[in-house]
Formats: sequence, C-alpha cells, structure tokens
Amino acid sequence: MIWSWEFVAEITPDLLKGLVVTVKITLISSVAALSIGLFFAIAKMSSVDLVRRSAVLVTETIRRTPLLVQLYFLFYVLPDIGIVLSPMIAGTIGLGLHYGTYVSEVYRAGIINVPAGQWEAARACNLTTRQTWTEIVLPQAIPPMIPPLGNYVIAMFKETPILSAITVLDLMGEALAKANFSYRYLEPITLVAVGFLFVSLCSAALIRLLENYLKRQAA
Amino acid sequence: MNTFESAIGYSWFILTGAVATVELTLLSCLLALILAMLAGIALTSDQIAVRAVTRIYVEIFRGTSVFVQLFAAYFVLPFVGVSLSPLQSGVLALGLNGGAYGAEVVRAALNAVGRDQREATIALNLTRWQALWWVILPQAVVFMLPSFGNLAIELMKGTAVASLITVSELTFQAQVVRGQTGDTAMPFLLILVIYLLIASALISFVRWLERRFGRGIVSANT
Repeated sequence: MIWSWEFVAEITPDLLKGLVVTVKITLISSVAALSIGLFFAIAKMSSVDLVRRSAVLVTETIRRTPLLVQLYFLFYVLPDIGIVLSPMIAGTIGLGLHYGTYVSEVYRAGIINVPAGQWEAARACNLTTRQTWTEIVLPQAIPPMIPPLGNYVIAMFKETPILSAITVLDLMGEALAKANFSYRYLEPITLVAVGFLFVSLCSAALIRLLENYLKRQAA
Repeated sequence: MNTFESAIGYSWFILTGAVATVELTLLSCLLALILAMLAGIALTSDQIAVRAVTRIYVEIFRGTSVFVQLFAAYFVLPFVGVSLSPLQSGVLALGLNGGAYGAEVVRAALNAVGRDQREATIALNLTRWQALWWVILPQAVVFMLPSFGNLAIELMKGTAVASLITVSELTFQAQVVRGQTGDTAMPFLLILVIYLLIASALISFVRWLERRFGRGIVSANT
C-alpha cells in the first residue's frame, strides 16, 4: 500500500476536529486531576490514621490497575447502578481520577521537601497556620512541583487516544473511524502519531524552558 | 443457581486471559529491559551519531502513546510487509515503548555513579567494557531498580490496551463475557482484582531485587 496524499487531504478536516476534542479533554481532565490530586494529597497527610490509610489504599489501587479497565468500569458498570455518563464525561473523570493519584504524590513530595526548619521558624516567629502556609511553605513547595505536574499533563494528553475505546471521537477515535470505513490504516494512524509527537515534543520543550526559568528565579 | 454456575464458568474463562496478560507483561518487560540497557548505554556514548540515533528512538516512543504504537504495530506494519500476530505486535509495541522510558532511567543511573569510580577504572587499566560491566553497571543497577519497578507496572497496565488489537488477555476476555452475558460488574471487578494482584506481585519482586542488589552498597538515601 502506498501513501496517498489525496486520502490525507480528505481525512485531515475530521482529524483536526478530533484534535480539538483531544485538547479539550486534556484541559478539563488536567483541572480534574489537579483538584483530585490535591484532595488525595491532603487525605494522605491527614493526622487521622483511618483517613490516611484509606487514601493510600484507594490511590494505590487506582495506580496499579489499567486506565482502560477503569474507563470500562465508569462507562459500562456504572449504568447498572443508575449512573449513566456520556463517553466524554466518563473519559474525563477516568483520566482525571487516574492521574489525580499520580499528581497527589507530586503535591505530597513538594510539601514534604520543605525543610522542617522552615516550619519551626514560622512557628518561632509566631505566624498563624494560614500565614505559615501562604507565606512560607507554599511559595517554596510550588516551584519544584511545576515540572513534574507539566509532565503529567503531557502524559494525560498522550493517554487521550485510549478514550476512543469508549467511543469518544477524539483524534484517535476519528482516525480509527476513518480507517475502519476505508480500510486504509497507514495514513490515519501515521498522522495521529505525527500529531502527538509534534505536540508532545513542543510541550516538553516548553516545560524545559519553564524549568530553567524557575531555576533562575530560585537562584 | 444457574447464574451462579455460569458465573463460575465465565470466571474460569476470564482467568485464562490472565495467562496471556502475564505472558505479554513478562515478554514485553524482557524486550524493554534489553532495549533500555542498550539504548541507555548508547545515550552515554562518546559518538554523537550513536547518541543521535538513540535519542530519535527514545523521543519517538516517548512522544506518542503506547495506544497509537500498538495500533501502528498491528494495523500499519502489515502494509509495509511485516505481518505480526496480535501477541507479537503487543510485545513489540510495549517493549519498544518501555525500552524508550527505561533508556532514560539507565542513562541517569549510569551518570549517577561517581566520577571517582570511572577514574579508578582508568587507573586500573580496565577497558571501557570491563569498566562498564564490572564496576559501573553493578552500582548503577541499584539506582535503576525503583524506576524499573514503576515502568514494569506501567507496562503491565499497558497490556490492557492490547485487548483492542485482539490479544485475548484479561480485558479482552472480560469484554467477551460482557458481550455474551450482558453482565458487566462481575467481569470488570474480577479483572480489576487480578490486575491488582499481578501489580502487587511485580512490586514485591522488584523490592526483593532492590534488597538483593543493594547488599553491600552503602545507601546514599538513608
């Protein structure tokens, strides 16, 4: 089979439509992951033993099972108990939940890496809890978190093709629809791969710039 | 009663998928390990051509998702004359993907071994390969293991995607059961538990390896 530019031209508009969906899903599920991650991070650092243990149990379970199975769960099993989600919503929740568990580790590591002396100094200076967090801990904890968080956003972007398995028409979904219809796989899948490669290389470069900028700020 | 019996019947059917999942995981981990070692060592090479070629491999496979790579291996390779069985495509795509991530781990671990160790091998007149094999690698392996453990889990989770290219592993079998019986909760809960067990077994194995290889080495992070 040889590469056909005509076919490429024919499918490009629909693939671009899929790309828009992909980007939209990435953005929404990033916000979801960042919030869910915060929730898990706080729970994992809770002083209540039961809360901490159950948070660890839940996050480890999510991290050790495949995203695809979790998506099937949200999409096929939840309707049995009366919760019917659209493919888009199920996909966004699945991605957000899965990556939320990874993100919670980033938050936790960031906060734990603030030296104990800083907490003690804040206490010695008689700062309130609120002041300790907003003036001392978070300004030191957040910059080192940004590169890993950025990497997880890229990872989520790269994972979105999996959503086509629960019938979301993202970039991969559109490509597979075209491929199944015409039985030409070469062009759609190559275009998807090139598209993803392009976007992830660009965003990786952006994150590296950001990282260097933050390093200069810290120095 | 009938439903209970059929539940046992299809649980057995799903369990047969666990064999394929484990097989796929182990084979692709093996391929990934070999590729990671070769590519990781190549990334620390003095020759710029070797480094450049390896860098291209690593960036291509890290820059696209394993999902796209699986579909490329299964649907696109036949068009360029390479026909692979679903399992072979799965092992190839997952192995190449894991190898690319692993290469970065190997590179970082090799660089983390102290400069004095390298200088000592030069002073002792060891060849490059002797130095790598007897001095640098044994120390670097300890740095690699925790990350390799995480990568093995990622690969194991990636095997679920291979169900979409018709490898009859756990997720595929669960989907078959869903299609045949219309029952959803049971098959998916069952495979979630099996995945959890496999992942936990993998983690315990890597922890054991960490202890085994960590023996006699003064840990830097105690």
